[in-house]
Amino acid sequence: MRGADRREAGGKAERASAIIEVKNLSFKYYGGSQYALKDVNLEVRQGEFIVLAGRSGCGKTTLLRCLNGLIPNFYEGYFSGRVLVDGMDTRETPPHTLSQIAGMVFQNPDNQLFALSVEADVAFPLENLGLPRDLILERVEWALKTLKIEDLRHRSPFELSGGQKQKVAIASVLAMKPKILLLDEPTSSLDPLSAKNLIESIIELNRQEKLTIIISEHRLELLLPHADRLIVMDRGEIVCDGPPREVLKEDILSYGVASPKVSEVARYVNSYNGCLRFEEIPLSVEEFVERVREAIG
Amino acid sequence: MICFQEVEYVYPSGIKALDRIDLEVGRGEVVAVMGENGAGKTTLLKHLNGLLKPTRGKVLIDGLDTREVTVAELARRVGLVFQNAEDMFFSGTVWEEVAFALKNFGYDEKIVKRRVEWALSFMELKEYAGSSPFLLSGGEKKRLALAIILAWAPEVIALDEPTTGQDQLQKEKLAQMIRLLREQRRTVIISTHDIEFVAQLKPRILLMKRGRIIADGDAEEILLDEKLLESCSLLLPQIASLTRSLSFLGIKPSLKHPREVAEELVNTLRERFAHSP
Repeated sequence: MRGADRREAGGKAERASAIIEVKNLSFKYYGGSQYALKDVNLEVRQGEFIVLAGRSGCGKTTLLRCLNGLIPNFYEGYFSGRVLVDGMDTRETPPHTLSQIAGMVFQNPDNQLFALSVEADVAFPLENLGLPRDLILERVEWALKTLKIEDLRHRSPFELSGGQKQKVAIASVLAMKPKILLLDEPTSSLDPLSAKNLIESIIELNRQEKLTIIISEHRLELLLPHADRLIVMDRGEIVCDGPPREVLKEDILSYGVASPKVSEVARYVNSYNGCLRFEEIPLSVEEFVERVREAIG
Repeated sequence: MICFQEVEYVYPSGIKALDRIDLEVGRGEVVAVMGENGAGKTTLLKHLNGLLKPTRGKVLIDGLDTREVTVAELARRVGLVFQNAEDMFFSGTVWEEVAFALKNFGYDEKIVKRRVEWALSFMELKEYAGSSPFLLSGGEKKRLALAIILAWAPEVIALDEPTTGQDQLQKEKLAQMIRLLREQRRTVIISTHDIEFVAQLKPRILLMKRGRIIADGDAEEILLDEKLLESCSLLLPQIASLTRSLSFLGIKPSLKHPREVAEELVNTLRERFAHSP
């Protein structure tokens, strides 16, 4: 259990493997009426897959912005505490350095796209870094292929559908080969099958490239079977943090988070105290059915 | 209330976004338009308030041909909430934003005040009344866009991807709002990918693919047809997938509430154990 390991961790060796450290972080937007983050503490280890959930306005987006330095470098406000990303203090590191470590994909892909072709959009940040042309082409190719959008390369991003745009936005971040991928509700404009494909690609990036993933999402059923941790936020605070099965035992609906339907059915089954009991809350239909088959022998 | 007659729409780029659409939606109906990205859902919605006019065929709203009336005339009957809620905003405060259309339609100040307050509290935005709409979070912006429509309550309400960025409690609220509008005999058309939301709301469903309507029916009929859904880049709702996987116990595929599915499963197992030696 990686979650349990993490909580027991405290030694220097453990601290060295933390790729993100957030200490007593509070933030209030300039002009905002209340703190968007309140005394947040978080440690993320390299390669972890973390799902961030909570009501709209709970602070998920703000927290993600703090992890790639957009806050406090671009958003004005009251900032206290400390955020270390790959050992660098976000207040002291220029955003362009941080963006190569922690790539961010936004809720609305329109904010991220501006070039005349998909290819140019994906290549732009790399050109900005002054990388050699061959390497740029190779990276662009890889990113387009990973997201299965090679056929869009010559299209204008503005004539694409919302879902296609989001894929281009993700490809342009991926091409930077960051260590950490921060995704702010990236599937919200995708159709379910594309969302599933996209999440499978993200899972692959985590497994194969050992990319650390922090993804905020409302619909959890596609993500939880693969997540190491589920973090629930409410009113700027982290209220639950642990392996998904543990967190699903809490009343997360009161924080606006829907459990996957299978988990909900399993909890109702347990409440009937009948001939079937789920010791572990199932996260997928397969897990659920397997348990039922076991029970009937 | 809404009538599409052999509607075709070709974008200036030459892409045919709607292809021979025939559709009738009655007053008080709730319809979900589903299908993959680029299937034509948003284009269809934009025909309801005259933002787009058919390049062939016609669209009638309450008997009015959208090609023959102004957008302003249609705006009194049809409210459209965009996918990117922000595109709608321009006022200095949340309160002003909701009040704008009402004032424009010449409502009495008292009525404006009452409606704005009601809509903001229904959408849980009252605390932001004095804030700038642009400082809201993504989900809150969406709720503000809904509050604007709710306050003015036109006869036809079209919502483009209304659940995007909404948490579960907000989605339940949205479902409640849609049921309320249905009771008021408003016609509600939503375009959505949110299969779980639709499974809960159980509206009439139109499946679109490449500009055409390929299926039109009740939620219970369409949301249990995996092949049909997959052909439109949609997935079975998880409850449908679960009940289908339990068919070896004699459980029928359904869109029932998780509590009912649990009950059914427990009862089925009880009987099974009672009869086994």
